[in-house]
Amino acid sequence: MFNKLQALGRSGILAIERLGRGHIFFWQLLKALPTVIVRFPLLIQQLFAVGVLSFLIIFVSGLFVGMVLGLQGYNTLVDFGAEESLGVMVALSLVRELGPVVTALLFAGRAGSALTAEIGLMKATEQLSGMEMMAVDPIKRIVAPRFWAGVISMPLLAAIFSAIGVVGGYLVGVGLLGIDGGAFWSQMQPRVDLSEDILNGVIKSVVFGVVVTWIAVYEGYDATPTSEGVSRATTRTVVHSALAVLGLDFILTALMFGE
Amino acid sequence: MQARTVEILVGLFIAAGMVALFFLSMQVSSLNKFSADEGYTVKAYFDNVGGLKARSPVSVSGVHVGRVESISYDMENYEALVTLLIDNEYKTFPVDTSASIFTSGLLGEQYVSLEPGGSDDFLQEGDEIRLAQSAVIMEQVIGQFLFNKAAE
Repeated sequence: MFNKLQALGRSGILAIERLGRGHIFFWQLLKALPTVIVRFPLLIQQLFAVGVLSFLIIFVSGLFVGMVLGLQGYNTLVDFGAEESLGVMVALSLVRELGPVVTALLFAGRAGSALTAEIGLMKATEQLSGMEMMAVDPIKRIVAPRFWAGVISMPLLAAIFSAIGVVGGYLVGVGLLGIDGGAFWSQMQPRVDLSEDILNGVIKSVVFGVVVTWIAVYEGYDATPTSEGVSRATTRTVVHSALAVLGLDFILTALMFGE
Repeated sequence: MQARTVEILVGLFIAAGMVALFFLSMQVSSLNKFSADEGYTVKAYFDNVGGLKARSPVSVSGVHVGRVESISYDMENYEALVTLLIDNEYKTFPVDTSASIFTSGLLGEQYVSLEPGGSDDFLQEGDEIRLAQSAVIMEQVIGQFLFNKAAE
């Protein structure tokens, strides 16, 4: 009886401890920003690994999501004779929701998991302890450039996703289904607001970028230094990022558009 | 991979992101039309504003000239007070301009339409439009139609 109670208590304390370490870690990452700016080539290297290599999957997914939105939206709107509003529908759903959320989910799968595995393996092969022995701070040298590269890449990728998605919607709506091209844009433009919709979408993508990359690098840095531990950390990165993104999306949407 | 290639690709990536943001703000939301928050405000009192909302368009002869800034209820006159923000580009509306609330299309959103009068004096910041025609409320129109039918 008491043993079980003790086990429960211990797991609770461990969870809170881990959460606390995660926040201290986050604070250290933020404090490392000046070092990252000074060591600019490291950041460029990571922007390549995190951002450029994610570009293709974001581009292709954005195009297809936009095209599907065009097809599905047309089917619904044509019943009301409002198929000219397809542009508004596609643009608003992409800019407000799908752009940031789907990009963050893909980003967690494509870049987040790679970051966790990389840092976790460095820890397992004791490269991180080796650096500490040489008085090189692994957080500043290894983790912070990856974190900031993720934070910078995410909004750019989300913007690319939304823009390509709108183009995809245009291709299907105007090219395939025969909506008037002028109406597609002219209905869209007055109803998509710069600060209300686009800026809020960018804010969302920045928040998701911070959260996803933070989870990814922390899981790697905190992983049990065995192959099994690294594999579990990688899985946790994807699962926790997905849950965090979807949960935060609800909160952000309620704050931004809920009135 | 060579450092130079990596840097060029990162540069391309950042440029692509910027272009996407630019595309979203210019082509998708038309920055040029709505960023112009500079203008002058005029007031109009309506019996009923229907479904008019803040940010609804204001147009003259179908041309977009501004938007609704705020809607509130005036407890002294028992009427709805609508503040219109009109772009500085359109400065010379006569003081006897009239305002009406119309619906674009059968189910479309509502907007304020201005009809310029013939006076030589122009509306200034904070002026009031005296001739204001309320929104057409569908229920009232249908009710009236049924009432007339019944009378026949």
